[in-house]
Amino acid sequence: MAGISGLALKRPSVIPGFGLAFGFALTYLGLIVLIPLGAMVVKAASLGLAGFWDIVTNPRTVAALRLSFVTSLIAAGINAVFGVVIAWVLVRYRFPAKRLLDAFVDLPFALPTAVAGIALTAIYAPNGWIGSWLAPLGIKVAYTPLGILIALVFIGLPFVVRTVQPVLEEFDREIEEAAATLGARRDQTIFRVVLPALIPAILTGFALALARAVGEYGSVIFIAGNIPYVSEIAPLLIVIRLEEFGYAEATAIGTAMLLISFGLLVFVHVVQAWRRRRFGND
Amino acid sequence: MDAWASTSFNRLSGEQSRLHKEEKPVDVTVQNVARSFGTTAALHGVSLDIRAGELIALLGPSGSGKTTLLRILAGLDVPTSGRVLFDGDDALGLTVQERNVGLVFQSYALFRHMTVLENVGFGLRVRPRARRPSRSEIKRRSLELLELVQLSGLEKRYPTQLSGGQRQRVAFARALAIQPRVLLLDEPFGALDAKVRRDLRRWLREIHDRTGHTTVFVTHDQEEALELADRVVVLNNGKIEQVGTPDEIYDEPNSPFVFSFIGESSVLPVHVRNGQVWLEDRPLDLPAGTLRDGPGQLFLRPHDVDVVSKARNGISGIVTTVRRHGGSRRFELEIDQGREHIEVELPESERSLQSSVAVLPRRWRIYQ
Repeated sequence: MAGISGLALKRPSVIPGFGLAFGFALTYLGLIVLIPLGAMVVKAASLGLAGFWDIVTNPRTVAALRLSFVTSLIAAGINAVFGVVIAWVLVRYRFPAKRLLDAFVDLPFALPTAVAGIALTAIYAPNGWIGSWLAPLGIKVAYTPLGILIALVFIGLPFVVRTVQPVLEEFDREIEEAAATLGARRDQTIFRVVLPALIPAILTGFALALARAVGEYGSVIFIAGNIPYVSEIAPLLIVIRLEEFGYAEATAIGTAMLLISFGLLVFVHVVQAWRRRRFGND
Repeated sequence: MDAWASTSFNRLSGEQSRLHKEEKPVDVTVQNVARSFGTTAALHGVSLDIRAGELIALLGPSGSGKTTLLRILAGLDVPTSGRVLFDGDDALGLTVQERNVGLVFQSYALFRHMTVLENVGFGLRVRPRARRPSRSEIKRRSLELLELVQLSGLEKRYPTQLSGGQRQRVAFARALAIQPRVLLLDEPFGALDAKVRRDLRRWLREIHDRTGHTTVFVTHDQEEALELADRVVVLNNGKIEQVGTPDEIYDEPNSPFVFSFIGESSVLPVHVRNGQVWLEDRPLDLPAGTLRDGPGQLFLRPHDVDVVSKARNGISGIVTTVRRHGGSRRFELEIDQGREHIEVELPESERSLQSSVAVLPRRWRIYQ
């Protein structure tokens, strides 16, 4: 009965070291994640609820937050679609230099994001390689929200590819063959059989790409133009407030971002948990 | 488990004949089908006539080409040369989708994100609009099939919520839903434990007798093949060794491979001289019949031997081991000072270790 009372954390197990591992994980997470975030929230709390609300509902803050989250969601969505396509090509086809292409996928991780931002700006500026083609069509990329979107797509690319790839590799070919013998055309098999099986991995990749995009700073500020109310992202606004010594304001915006991000991630996890409950895990 | 295998069939028989009369069983003809992967040949010019409505087993060790042949019938693989005919019409020109075969895998290959009912109805739902039954019709037929496979009441479950045997029955129902011209089963019971396997064997036989599909199943389990099939095709190294009823295969194996692959066997090297079979320098009381002179291999089955008196020319040996084997005892005999060993089943009485005994096979074959 002693085991049931209390937290019931201690269960007999053949794998030793639960207490040590659990304690370590908790301490580590606390030091690395919870304490810094907690400090930020405490600092923001010093404003009082009314003060916090004032800052967060300031039109410039609202515009920056909206821009950050809308472009991040769209970028994560684009990455979800094309990440699946790239993963598909990497898993299902054999072609020369496949390993090289596979390595390319990780480059957005490896590059300092500021470098990526400068490169993208150079290419998409009205006199750049691609920008000069788009300019006559009236499409401006650099120094607009569209430019932000492109930067966020760039830095979020690896997530969906890398989460979907292993699942697709493990996917039982016999399931597709069964669908074919039942009369399903190739497109029906992909959309009704294969893609539904990839959804958990796609969602995970989407959530990671979204989280990364929301926090992205380096690559965006070069291509965005940073015009308040138009192309000024929330992380930049935080830096601007810090430079003005508005620490409380900066932490308030940071806390708002934290809450929204947390809400989005919780939502994705709830969807995942619901799927797992419904379809099982094995 | 026996109950579900036999109860509701009578009740269902009328319904089932309605379900399946749209497609009558087809003959399947395989002509000189060869398949090679690069330089290795998986099938060397195999020919086989499968009769309409027959339940036929492709039996062989792994690598014998049995699964390759099944996949060619299904349209999932293409032969390097040869022809496959369904009712005399070329089937190789048809895509997998057009071929309309029901295929059941060892791994079940169920769609995990669909309920049992959705799995069964999948083949009907993906049909082009002109041939697709209405939603309610699809549901009705799927429920009927679930009743046939004894899974009524589980239609809302997901595959992960079912046992292995139940999953395999869903896979059957799904394959039957498209009213296949041929039903192909790839090691259908391979992933199940022994008890469930035996039950499902009897169940499959009953379903087959009820629905009458031409059914080809692949197995490496000879017991399964002999118990279930109308005819057994024994494959080895990409060639057909023998085709016949289970009795023919078991009683008259036409090659050393079939003799040793089917059932249990012991082998002794013998010589035929002047119409007499010789083991080393002693003649055996076995009529050589039409066998020609020369060396040969004597195959016999452990349970097909009699103890004979020392006066007759039997295979004499010394008992070295005694083992329990089901309801009887197995004796290992050492012959010629340990140069050869055979296994025999003998009456339990009087046999002790190191005692000497002479036996003669009731049935045997010599391959030269």
